[in-house]
Amino acid sequence: MGSTSEFNRRDLVKRAAALGIVAVPAMSMLSACAGASSGDGDKVAKGKKTAKNPLAVNESAGLDVVIFDGGFGDKYAKDAQAEYLKAFPKAEGKVKLSSTQKIQSTLQPRFNGGNPPDLVDNSGAEQMDFGTLVGKNQLSDLTPLLDAPSVDDPNKKVRDTLRPGVIEMGQFGGKETWILYYAYTVYGVWYSKGNLRKLDAEYPETWDEMLALCAKAKKKGIAGWTYPGKYPYYLPFSLYPFIAKIGGAEVLRRIDNLEPNAWKDPAVKAAFDAYYELYKKGYVLKGSPGLDHLQSQKAWADGKALFIPNGSWVENESAKQIAANPHFDLAVGAPSSLSSSDKMPFGTIWASGGEPYIVPKAAKNSDGGMELLRIMLSKKSAQNFIKQVSSLCSFNGGTEGVTLPPGLTSAHAALQKAGSNIVNPRLQDWYVALQKERIGVGALGEMMAGRMTPDEAIKKIQKYADDTRDDSSVKKYKR
Amino acid sequence: MQHGKYRFIAGFLVIPLAIYAIFVISPFVQAIYYSFTDWTGLSPDMKMVGFDNYARLFQDDVFWAAVGNSVTLLLLLPVVTLSLGLFFAFMLNVGGRRRKKAVIGGVRGSSAYKILYFFPQVLSVPIVALLFQFAYNPESGALNAFFKAIGLDNVQPDWLGDPGIALWCVMGAMVWANVGFYVVLFSAGMSSIPKDFYEAALLDGANRFNTFFRITLPLLWDTVQTGWIYMGILALDVSAFAFVQIMSVGPGGPDYATEVLPLYVYQKTFRDGQAGYATSIGVSLLIVTLIFSAIVMRLGRRERLEF
Repeated sequence: MGSTSEFNRRDLVKRAAALGIVAVPAMSMLSACAGASSGDGDKVAKGKKTAKNPLAVNESAGLDVVIFDGGFGDKYAKDAQAEYLKAFPKAEGKVKLSSTQKIQSTLQPRFNGGNPPDLVDNSGAEQMDFGTLVGKNQLSDLTPLLDAPSVDDPNKKVRDTLRPGVIEMGQFGGKETWILYYAYTVYGVWYSKGNLRKLDAEYPETWDEMLALCAKAKKKGIAGWTYPGKYPYYLPFSLYPFIAKIGGAEVLRRIDNLEPNAWKDPAVKAAFDAYYELYKKGYVLKGSPGLDHLQSQKAWADGKALFIPNGSWVENESAKQIAANPHFDLAVGAPSSLSSSDKMPFGTIWASGGEPYIVPKAAKNSDGGMELLRIMLSKKSAQNFIKQVSSLCSFNGGTEGVTLPPGLTSAHAALQKAGSNIVNPRLQDWYVALQKERIGVGALGEMMAGRMTPDEAIKKIQKYADDTRDDSSVKKYKR
Repeated sequence: MQHGKYRFIAGFLVIPLAIYAIFVISPFVQAIYYSFTDWTGLSPDMKMVGFDNYARLFQDDVFWAAVGNSVTLLLLLPVVTLSLGLFFAFMLNVGGRRRKKAVIGGVRGSSAYKILYFFPQVLSVPIVALLFQFAYNPESGALNAFFKAIGLDNVQPDWLGDPGIALWCVMGAMVWANVGFYVVLFSAGMSSIPKDFYEAALLDGANRFNTFFRITLPLLWDTVQTGWIYMGILALDVSAFAFVQIMSVGPGGPDYATEVLPLYVYQKTFRDGQAGYATSIGVSLLIVTLIFSAIVMRLGRRERLEF
């Protein structure tokens, strides 16, 4: 048989090794992408429509819920699930609620296989792209839920119990509402009232006061601002409402719509110049460009910097460090007025929904999924949520009788003050790559690190926006 | 007699070959197929788009930045890691001062060093990456604190936040995490080199430098080559992905300074819902890997020394 002269072990080993080399790196990246053929989700039969069951949920059908296990945990959802079982005792044992941080890796195969869960909290770092989900017709329209009577008041539709802007956020250019945001986040300039008191200062309502306060702090060795340089897309949390305040909400709308030269608006330039001045004058904490969100929040909570652009989750996320200073007294400020000719009044702030819930189109028990959402949007569940995770809920209320922590109290007050002057830029949910990677890391981060002037940053961002508009692989939205 | 030899061998390997075909070959073929579609990765419907994805690659600046960084890693990471590994292993086994009785030996305390070097290997990649991230923290990290302590108050780099050095910072962590393994691997290789060779070399008056280049390295060549391939894979694959994903600004930044191919594949698939395009990037990663392995195989071809 085989003589060793032509075919020896070494050759075999070599060939195997060569194949292996090729296989190893490509394998792990590519095999993640194997697809499956489509299966039609067999829907469960409708139940009987009654006053208590307006969505006609099949009372004995199973329910499959997947929750993002992030800063808010999953307890609030489990509590709502218990309520669901109270309403539908026959479903006992068939309601499955699991939580994970890996939404995409867990659920992508199920979407591809045509057997997704009935309700998903599509949140976190592994959030599935909404544009694609909507574009590929993978989601159920939530209009039946919005038009159903609310749990607390049968004469009031669910849609009338929500905070402003929540429903619009779930729409993608049509009448259908695809997403229901459950949490309600207030973005802005977060600071410690206690630390400001030490400087005999209050939150600066004008930019001149802001600069004066930063100068004062600098003399004491405290930086005015810090930000997570590793994720510079935190900067827009205070920068975008600042732009809207200077030039009107219209500027942000044009930016969202990727209109030509939307970024060349003088309001954008004014806002960028103002932030760049913070860097130029040395008011930004040294080293900020290399900090991640937790590190920057720590430096800020330790009192090394006064202000940080952030969202209302910061109270929960940095709870420990904030608690280390009993006089911290967390609060959020709206963008300061740049000049008296600003188009919107002081108090203009960015607030929008968080924790996006979806009901997949191919879900077996989509009515059940919506029913659970309806239960979650009851006063009792909302109150439970607010108490547990100290965040506001998209259900407009539930704060009565609950002692809110200082940051949330301040956020609540900020919303009251803003009234109708709430802006809600959509770039971050419509064009994630554009917002985070290009504008955030590629331009804003570079500008705040002093490696780019505002003019260069604007030019670069405008080009990024134009590229996105011309990119046929990205679905576009208008508002 | 020669005829049917492969068939005969394959007969014994039916099961493993089938498994290989199903789990390795078929994903390859599928992936290449998907690279010609507009698949989103989030729904099963897709259509063929021909070479559109590949045409797009040529226009994509981010893709070329990723290629550049991946190739940089591929060229430098093995050289740096293996050189350090060889140097340390040599010092631990051969490079010590001559002592009585033993012909060769390591520097003093070499066994303790060996454990020390291997230590990073028992830590998982994310932990190493996180530790380095803390060290690189410009505001309160160990490195800048050290610079301050020795009076270099003005040298306070942003480390991962500076596009000029970010990739080097990531590479530093990768070298640190991997060098220990090669110290141990090369130590094992060196211990199988007969002592008489060294004795003869010493009698001829060879110094450490000569001993290393004329005896140790040639006899260790096979091991080095294996290590080279392995490091190359690491530079292109998951390890680079993990380090960049955890450590870098963005990740992939600042300004795409640390964007690498596997990360870009991940971002396009999972963040942007463009799995079809991502697989075409994956295929280009495959091509880079093929070229790399072909070059290494060719360069590494030498007569095996039997001893």
